[in-house]
Formats: sequence, structure tokens, C-alpha cells
Amino acid sequence: MTPPSETAAAEIEVEADFEELAEKKPWYIRTIEMARQQPLAASGFVIIIIMLLMAIFADLLTFFPSEDNDLEYMLAEPGTIHSDLELTFLLGADQFGRDLLTRIVYGARTALFVGFTCAIIGSTLGLILGVASAYFGGWFDLVVQRVVDVVMAFPLIILALAVVATLGPGTQNVIIAITIPFIPQCARVVRSNALAIREIPYVDAARALGFSNARIIMRHMVPNVMAPYLIMLTSFLGQAILLEASLSYLGMGVQEPTPAWGLMLQGGAEEFAESAPWVAIWPGVAISLAVFAFNLFGDGVRDTLDPKLRSR
Amino acid sequence: MASLLEIDKLKTQFFTTAGVVKAVDGVSYTVDEGETVAVVGESGCGKSVTAMSILRLIPWPPGKITDGEIRFAGKDLLALSEEEMRNVRGKDISMIFQEPMTSLNPVLSIGMQLTETMLAHTDISEEDAHNRAVELLGMVGISEPERRLVQYPHHLSGGMRQRVMIAMALSCEPKLIIADEPTTALDVTIQAQILELMKNLTRDLGVALIIITHNLGVVARYADRVNVMYAGKIIESGTAADIYYRPHHPYTLALLKSVPRMDQQRQAKLDPVEGQPPDLTMLDEGCAFRPRCRFATTECAEGLPSLETVEGGHATACFNKDQVAATMKEAS
Repeated sequence: MTPPSETAAAEIEVEADFEELAEKKPWYIRTIEMARQQPLAASGFVIIIIMLLMAIFADLLTFFPSEDNDLEYMLAEPGTIHSDLELTFLLGADQFGRDLLTRIVYGARTALFVGFTCAIIGSTLGLILGVASAYFGGWFDLVVQRVVDVVMAFPLIILALAVVATLGPGTQNVIIAITIPFIPQCARVVRSNALAIREIPYVDAARALGFSNARIIMRHMVPNVMAPYLIMLTSFLGQAILLEASLSYLGMGVQEPTPAWGLMLQGGAEEFAESAPWVAIWPGVAISLAVFAFNLFGDGVRDTLDPKLRSR
Repeated sequence: MASLLEIDKLKTQFFTTAGVVKAVDGVSYTVDEGETVAVVGESGCGKSVTAMSILRLIPWPPGKITDGEIRFAGKDLLALSEEEMRNVRGKDISMIFQEPMTSLNPVLSIGMQLTETMLAHTDISEEDAHNRAVELLGMVGISEPERRLVQYPHHLSGGMRQRVMIAMALSCEPKLIIADEPTTALDVTIQAQILELMKNLTRDLGVALIIITHNLGVVARYADRVNVMYAGKIIESGTAADIYYRPHHPYTLALLKSVPRMDQQRQAKLDPVEGQPPDLTMLDEGCAFRPRCRFATTECAEGLPSLETVEGGHATACFNKDQVAATMKEAS
């Protein structure tokens, strides 16, 4: 018989160099290829990037003060020129004379901050809870899943409202209020995936190697449920932005004078819908665009990570 | 001298809605240091459950070790805390699984998986662990070990993965390796290589090996001693020669007859074991093999034959063992 080492070497020859092939394409070509395959997701991604840049460089992009009232220019029409600052209100001004464009740019900060914080914290806690629930099984799984059932029985906005009503309004509390309903949603989806992973022998193999439960969960199971996790995360981003806007619109979220899109809608929609429609239209456009972009991106992520759902 | 591993009247049961499954029902055997012991039997006879019981990896619910003792190097494994047990797993006793394709984590590189075990169980530095991983891969016959370490399981073929599994099993210098059907999922050509490798490595390193298999060819060539299991019990045990040339249990005899042989005519018909293995929830007080046994007498329905010594280390659990032995002699 041939010594093992020689035959093993022969085995390798055949399957060599796959990695090198994959590595030959530079990153920008691969990016373009990705964008071709997922044009909608790519456009969503572009909008997200623009919003991110807006949020990060808000100070450099705008020239009006974002929070100071200027009663002289109350409800100024788009195109009005501010005589002292010698600046144009490109999108008009709101009922306190604040430039709408400036507030929308700063509003991106609030929206994205709340959106990302809630989505990341919510889905990560859900991830750990879901995997632990699937891994331990038994009564732990039972208790966790019944709690999840209870929380999921409430519509998202109702639950968020209940949390804000308990804690009081404010950015921090809005984040908590939006994060809490996300946890069980993610936990449920991740658990179903983790249940399948749990039955694959490498989890038993890890246990046979004497690893602790925490290690098996974090190192061996969590990386294998990254796909549903990322899908949930991206879908939460849009939802969180919409939820924050809704809460702010209802007066339960971010408080004046912090610029937030929902808050801007609230101030403008009811009273000035006819006399100064721009006050409500532009924040509305910003919200729609943001949610739309995140949803497109989220769909793209799902299609890429979960081939079973791919329609083509 | 005390054995490395002593299993004494082990009972593992699964409490299901359909009843209590006595998967392992009073199994006793020993493994000496450096010895290779085979556990043979058909699917569902409790051989894997016995192995999982040794490492206390039976999932509860529904499974539970209800009775018996497992002593490893003087320690009572069933009395250890979960924490202490974790230090035994992977370090003192390691396991090689049936499915090399799924026993490695697809998202971690070979190197990470190899070094993780060492880092978890010993005070080795990362650099030393890396060097040891290279050395281990070389030992199990993988070329370019440095390059392999950064690759992922999907880069490797089944045989290569099983080699990696063996390297992982050896990484903490265990005293005992349990191989649960290590070659079942592999190509026939690779099977022999893997077995040869395991045999050589365990012999060189003085590691005891339990091979769980249903392949009698494996048993004949690689095992020092053989335990044949049926319906959760050991029904015959002895050296490979005892089992092959002097079987005293009708089940062992039937197993041997059901294997194709090179020295027979090509037209010769195989003689399979008729019937199905028994439902482990509904065993009566008689011998479990009785319904499929051509030697069965009324005595077999009344009581359970116990494992009795035939000669030396050869023992069998059958009332009619002399007839069985006589049949074997006639045949050969």
C-alpha cells in the first residue's frame, strides 16, 4: 500500500489554488459585479452611504444654525434669502424659522444613530438568546420561547409606545423602546436556524472536545447563524428609523429642539399642510427614502445570504 | 494491573413517549492502556450510545445513564462534576466521529480548530500551539501543513478532513480515543489508509483506541479485542481470532456468514441475518436475539443467558453455545 502522506499529496494537487483564483479580482471589480447582480440593493446602499455622510459631516454641509429659532423667517418659502446670513432657504423654513434642509441633514444623525443602535443591539441580543435557547433546549428553551411569544403578541409600535410611556420620552428611552421588541423577533428566527445547526455533528464534536457551553455557543454556533442575523439586522434598520419617526411624530420620541424627521412632520403636517406644505413634505421624503433604501439593501442582503429565497 | 477504562454494568436509557428505550443494558468491558478494542454490532444496537455515555454526552432529556460505573484511570467518570468532565473530554479521552464532512465547523479555519482544543485544555502559548498543529498535520500525513492551517474545511476532501479530525483528537495527547465508525463515510480506498494511520499512531503514541464499527473486516485487522453487541448488551467478547474462528454466539456466526468472502465461489449466495433488530422498548425476559436465531430453544424464551467464559478471555452469552461452535467447525 502507498504510504498515507503520498496519496494525501495527490489528493491536494487536484483541489489546489481555488483561493488564489478567488483573490485575483481587485475589490472594485468585485463591487461592480455585486452591484450588477443586485442593482436595487446597490442603489439602496448608495442612498445609505449618502445619508451616512450627511450624518457624519452635518456641521460642514450646513450653514444655518440647526436649533435656533428665527421668528422673522417663520414658514419662509423655499428660495427665500436670509438677509443677515446671506443664505438661501433651499427647502424653506419651518414654523420657527429654522432652515428645513439643515434640520433634515441633522435629522439624519438622529435617525441613523437610533436606527443603527437599536438594530445592532436588538438583533445581537436576539442572536445570543436565540442560539442559547436552541443549544440548551429543554425548559430553558421553553421559558425563553414563551416569553418571546408574549412580547411578539404585541404590535411593534404598541410595545414601543408602552415602553416609552413607562420610561418617558427622550432619545435614550426611544432606543430602549425600539430595541426591546426587536430582541424576540431576532431570537425566534435565529433559534430556528440554530436548531438545525445544533444537530450537525460538529457541535457534538465540540462538546466531545470538552469546550464550555459559552464557547460552543459563541465560537461554534453563532458564526454559523450569521446569515439570518445579518438579514434581521438590515431589516431592523429601516424599521427602527420608521419607528423612531412614528414615536417622535406622536410626541413620545425625540424631543424639541433636537432635529428629528418625525418631529418635523408633527410640527408641520397638521397646521400648515395647505399654507406651507414644504414643512411636512421634505421630512416625509427623507423618512420614506431612508426606509426605502434600508429595505432595498436588506432585501439584497437576504438574497445574497439565503440562496433558497432567491427568486431568479 | 487496573485497566485504563472499566465500564461496569452500564445502563443508558432514553425516556421517550413510546416508552423507555434500553439502549445500553448492562454493558461491561475494559480497555487496557494502548489496546485497540472494537465494538461491533448492527445499527441501533447501542454501540454509539455506549461511547457517548463514556464521555457523558448523552443529551438529557431524553437520555440518561441510569446505572453502572465508568472508571477511567481510577476516576469515576459518572461522579465528576460537569466542569471536571469537560477537562476529561478532548484532553484525556477524545473522539473521532463518523461524518468527517460535518464534524468540522465550516466557518473556522483548520488551524483555529486544531489550536482551539490545545488552548482550551493546556497552558500552551499560541505560538507553540501553532507549531504543534503543524507537527500534528504532518503526523497524520497532510502535506504542506502550514498552508492547510489557514484553509477551511470545504477546501479539503473527506479523507483529509478525517485526518484533521484525527490530528485534533491527538492534539492534547489523550490516553484514549473513541472512534465512532471513523471510516463509514469514506471511500473504500481511503478507509484503509485512515485505519492504517490510526493503528500506527495509536501504537506509536501508546494511545488506547475504541473502534466502533459494523465492518467485520476492520475488526479482524485492527482490533486486539472485540465486543459484539446486540440489543444493548454484549453478547460475545474475545480476541479477534476468537470471534473470527471460534464464534460461540449465533449472532456472531450470522454476522460472519453475511460478509462476502474472497475465498468463496463467485456464485455463492450471501447468508444475511434474517428479520429486524428488536424494538428496544419491548424486550421481554428472554434472549433478544431469539426471534432471529436458528438455534433457539424454549429455554431461550424463559431467561436471559449471561456472559459466560468459554476459555481464556473469550466469553459468550448463549445457552446453546456448544451447538454454535460445532456448526462453525463443520462449516470450516
